[in-house]
Amino acid sequence: MAEFKKADSMLEWFDQRLGVINFSKVMMTEYWIPKNINFLWAMGALLMMMFGVLLISGIFLLMYYKPDVALAFDSVNYTIMHDVAYGWLFRHIHAVGASVIFLVIYIHMFTGIYYGSYKKGREMIWLSGMLLFVLFSAEGFSGYMLPWGQMSYWAAYVITEIFGGIPVIGGDLVVWIRGNFYVSDSTLTRFFMLHVLLIPVVMLGAIAFHFYSLRFPHVNNEAGEFFDYDVEAEKYLAGDKKGSKVIPFWPVFLAKDFFVMGVFLIFFFYLVFYYYGFAMDPVNFDKADGLKTPTHIYPEWYFLWSYEVLRGFFFEMFGISGKDLGLMAFAFANGIFLVMPWLDRSPTVAPANQRPYFKIWFWLLMIDLIVLTIFGKLPPTGANAWVGFASSLSFIVLFLALPVITTLEAKKLGAK
Amino acid sequence: MKELKILAVVASLVLVTFYGIEPYAHHVMHPEGKPADFKFSDLKNVDTSLKGDVTAGKESFVNNCTACHSLTADGFDPMMSDADSAAAYGVTPPDLSLAGRIYEKNFLANFIFDPVTATKVEHKYPANGSKVYPMPAYSWMGAQEIMNIVAYLESVSPKAIDEAGLASLAAKEERTLFDVSREQNAEVFKSACGRCHDMKYGGLSATTPKVTIQGYMGSTPPDLSQYIISRGSHYLDGFINNPQEYLHGTGMPRVGLSEQAQAEVIEYMTQVGDPKKTEREELGPKVLLYLLIFAILAYLWKRKIWSEVH
Ligand code: HEC
Ligand code: HEC
Ligand code: HEM
Repeated sequence: MAEFKKADSMLEWFDQRLGVINFSKVMMTEYWIPKNINFLWAMGALLMMMFGVLLISGIFLLMYYKPDVALAFDSVNYTIMHDVAYGWLFRHIHAVGASVIFLVIYIHMFTGIYYGSYKKGREMIWLSGMLLFVLFSAEGFSGYMLPWGQMSYWAAYVITEIFGGIPVIGGDLVVWIRGNFYVSDSTLTRFFMLHVLLIPVVMLGAIAFHFYSLRFPHVNNEAGEFFDYDVEAEKYLAGDKKGSKVIPFWPVFLAKDFFVMGVFLIFFFYLVFYYYGFAMDPVNFDKADGLKTPTHIYPEWYFLWSYEVLRGFFFEMFGISGKDLGLMAFAFANGIFLVMPWLDRSPTVAPANQRPYFKIWFWLLMIDLIVLTIFGKLPPTGANAWVGFASSLSFIVLFLALPVITTLEAKKLGAK
Repeated sequence: MKELKILAVVASLVLVTFYGIEPYAHHVMHPEGKPADFKFSDLKNVDTSLKGDVTAGKESFVNNCTACHSLTADGFDPMMSDADSAAAYGVTPPDLSLAGRIYEKNFLANFIFDPVTATKVEHKYPANGSKVYPMPAYSWMGAQEIMNIVAYLESVSPKAIDEAGLASLAAKEERTLFDVSREQNAEVFKSACGRCHDMKYGGLSATTPKVTIQGYMGSTPPDLSQYIISRGSHYLDGFINNPQEYLHGTGMPRVGLSEQAQAEVIEYMTQVGDPKKTEREELGPKVLLYLLIFAILAYLWKRKIWSEVH
């Protein structure tokens, strides 16, 4: 064993045993972040905070929630909402938090796309981020089932039904996922397990991996500039704080994040107290009833765009049924963001407004996603169905065109 | 400055999306029904300007109504248990103690004249069909006799206690204003809706047993505990006033509540379905103020730290 001298301070005592001084240097005070960033780079910290908020509020809910079709609805709507002191507050925080976290996720994701932060060494950051997106989606979906209201039931029914479209194994797969032929008690209990145990545990690992993947390539900056971090860090440590292009994670980077968090929390708690209906759909306050299909079935807002891609293809083409086309498009939509780094064929890392073709592509994508989201909620009848079809098709075309557009752009910029 | 521009872009994208999936989608999926009509102006069979005679009304009431209805406020107790009368008539006839207060006068008179048209359930009880509405129509009575009964019902019905009265009652009985007000509203609910609907979170079960009501209505009337949240007060206001307008062909009758009684029922549904409303509205500003202070301090700290690097 190494020799230990008597520690002069508490800090030293811990440092001898856990190496806390070095650890905090590596993780905080000498973890370098570029200075040239705006508040969009605070989204990651917001996500971390929101994850904590969901974890804590979720643990409180877990103390009273009962995963049983006969008890679930009342355990949430009566026990938690009426009986338990401040149970309503925890439920509102959890439900609104789950919804708002997706807003932050989307801003985070599209910031990455806008600034080209997924390529030239940052591929693993992007991939681990997409893994988190998948996990959060699964978490949101499984959680939405738990209150066992009408939307819980019917969204679960519609989404699990999707797997039935997979050739050969589809039918058996649906039964395997549900644990029964229809959405039932076994379905609720297993999604409960996923929601409070398996997915959160995997999420913790994925978050750690996401952070780790940031270490070597470092985060991007507003100009997409590459520079030597060691040189800039030395400058900073030597006292040239103004001249250096980097800042330490603590306290400089986080100081700004705390301010952004403060503003965000005002927005968040405003929703928690005064405008929570968008996250706790009124229809879900009718108890699940397998015999009574609601007039309108729609998923939570953050799934609307991909749901609309699923519904968009509603008629037969090339001898393939509309339903199968929709499923194929849906699979495409859910997988395509993952390969973003390889669809963008241009080596330029720069904000979209400095990239002549990509700029147009980016804003078209944003418009298309908004149209998909809005029409994903509206009933798919009449003209709505055609808007849905057009925007679903545009979505696919946009992504198929991306390699071509970026190749041309690279040529143009290279020729200059 | 640049950051504010970016914020403006992000905010406008979010707002457009929000507008589409919330106000606009709601507007498309739940079109506005007709506004509530608390005069029930479609009902014109009885001349309600006639002045009723209370004593004569009581006599008609005893002769015609007490076989089925109780009116405990004036000493007429029920003839049978709730379950037995439900078995006899299909649904337990309500106690009429509050009838004179909670039903709108024109509706009440026309209901006695012909219950089926007043409640708009003709589709379930077509003229010369095999099904007969359990309560007979009193169209053979003259308008004067009907108005006598109405006058009698109005005279025996205990008046609603106003806010100040409730407050002093609460003080006297050492209970909260919320509790006494909820108790008063519950009485209105029991009289008007309680024969069909449960209010589980308020501890009320329908007076008609489940199997009986199921046979009578063709469907089980839902437990209304959470309907203030799932439907919202705006919808309820229109729906209770005229169910057919919102759920075409529904078995739920038009109950004919006066504007005030209907407000009391909706208030009761809020008190049971969303009891933490006051707590929420009181806590909200405090939390927001706290966060505002946090944000300001965070901003000042950020300014201090960043002044060294910029
Ligand atoms: C044969 C039994 C019977 C008799 C007699 C009878 N009723 Fe009824 N009454 C009922 C039943 C049953 C209901 C509930 C019907 C329903 O909800 O579908 C009812 C409902 C009512 C209601 C509630 C109306 C509403 O809008 O919800 C009133 C008021 C009423 N009766 C008044 C009277 C009066 C006044 C008389 C005497 C003139 C009378 N009833 C005689 C059986 C009877
Ligand atoms: C005679 C029985 C009866 C009475 C009295 C009655 N209801 Fe109903 N109510 C029903 C039935 C049956 C349904 C189910 C209707 C359907 O699904 O078509 C219903 C449905 C409802 C609904 C659900 C509407 C929807 O959008 O799904 C509400 C809200 C409601 N009633 C409120 C009330 C209130 C408030 C009262 C008292 C003022 C009342 N009802 C009195 C039988 C009744
Ligand atoms: C480990 C952390 C978590 C735990 C222990 C947890 C626990 C719970 C419990 C017990 C419920 C049921 C009570 C209720 O419906 O309000 C619930 C609901 C829900 N959870 Fe979580 N949760 C966690 C994390 C998350 C995360 C990260 C998300 C976001 C993606 C999420 C999304 C949801 C949703 C959408 C609901 C339904 C809310 C409602 O309709 O009220 N949860 N959660």
